[in-house]
Amino acid sequence: MAHDHSHLDPIDVRVRALESLLVEKGYVEPAALDAIVDTYENQVGPKNGATVVARAWCDDSYRAWLQSDADAAIASLGFTGRQGEHMVVVENTAEMHNMVVCTLCSCYPWPVLGLPPSWYKSPAYRSRAVIDPAGVLADFGVTLPEGMDIRVWDSTAEVRYLVLPRRPDGTENLSESELATLVTRDSMIGTGLALNPDEATA
Amino acid sequence: MSASDPRLADLPPLPDLQGGEPVFAAPWQAQLFALTTALNEAGHFAWKDWAAHFGAELAKTPQVSGQSVPDHYFGCWLTAFETFVQLRGLAGPGQLGDLQRRWDAAARSTPHGEPITI
Repeated sequence: MAHDHSHLDPIDVRVRALESLLVEKGYVEPAALDAIVDTYENQVGPKNGATVVARAWCDDSYRAWLQSDADAAIASLGFTGRQGEHMVVVENTAEMHNMVVCTLCSCYPWPVLGLPPSWYKSPAYRSRAVIDPAGVLADFGVTLPEGMDIRVWDSTAEVRYLVLPRRPDGTENLSESELATLVTRDSMIGTGLALNPDEATA
Repeated sequence: MSASDPRLADLPPLPDLQGGEPVFAAPWQAQLFALTTALNEAGHFAWKDWAAHFGAELAKTPQVSGQSVPDHYFGCWLTAFETFVQLRGLAGPGQLGDLQRRWDAAARSTPHGEPITI
């Protein structure tokens, strides 16, 4: 049979060549590679950010800390960065909605949100978010009250933004962990809003 | 700026906004991401230098019709990472090409279903 041998796609060949080179030279450890994949596939994700947001909603002193020194406030909950990035938290208000993009590539607050979804990495989002943020929000099904300003923050390798969404109405009696379930990934990028309690259980 | 901004006409539409897809669309993307991150954590380069290099590759490589976002994005990442490790002297001239030929040859001489090694 002509096809009883293995086959590697050209792209797999290129990645294997890189890996074997870097491992052979001792620049990276195979075990470290597996640990990184496991971390980002299974451990780090928007739940971390939701924990931060819910804490800020419940604790004014934590919220103030988050605004003055986001790195330390986030690290206090056990979420720390690996790329030496500096975190900045931008808070939505009744007058201002914040939205985050990376026009350069896909800089993103990994420790609190994990890795970005495809749309965040797409050329379309990276360009449209800056030119027409209201139109992008409409595509996400978000309509802001008339007159609310939108501010777009362009992340870099050194500064990563996390949006602190507004706490939904009617959530005064919810616990911090219940509140965290209302905090979606998109609400922390600014392409969504935090859920109302009835949306969360729907 | 408004939705009638003429620049919008040239832009592709937003992809699927649900974002319920896996973190990596294929194993090679996970492996490439891990290699880059591990090399950074081992102190071989500053992430901002990598981001600038990768960003330049993305900027000059348009997403082609029918190409998924992950394929475009990690395809650019792969090309950028190959040139980056050479620029940084982590890979010598011709080394990656030699290894690619060895991996390809190894695959062709390995019976289907057995692990491929070089």
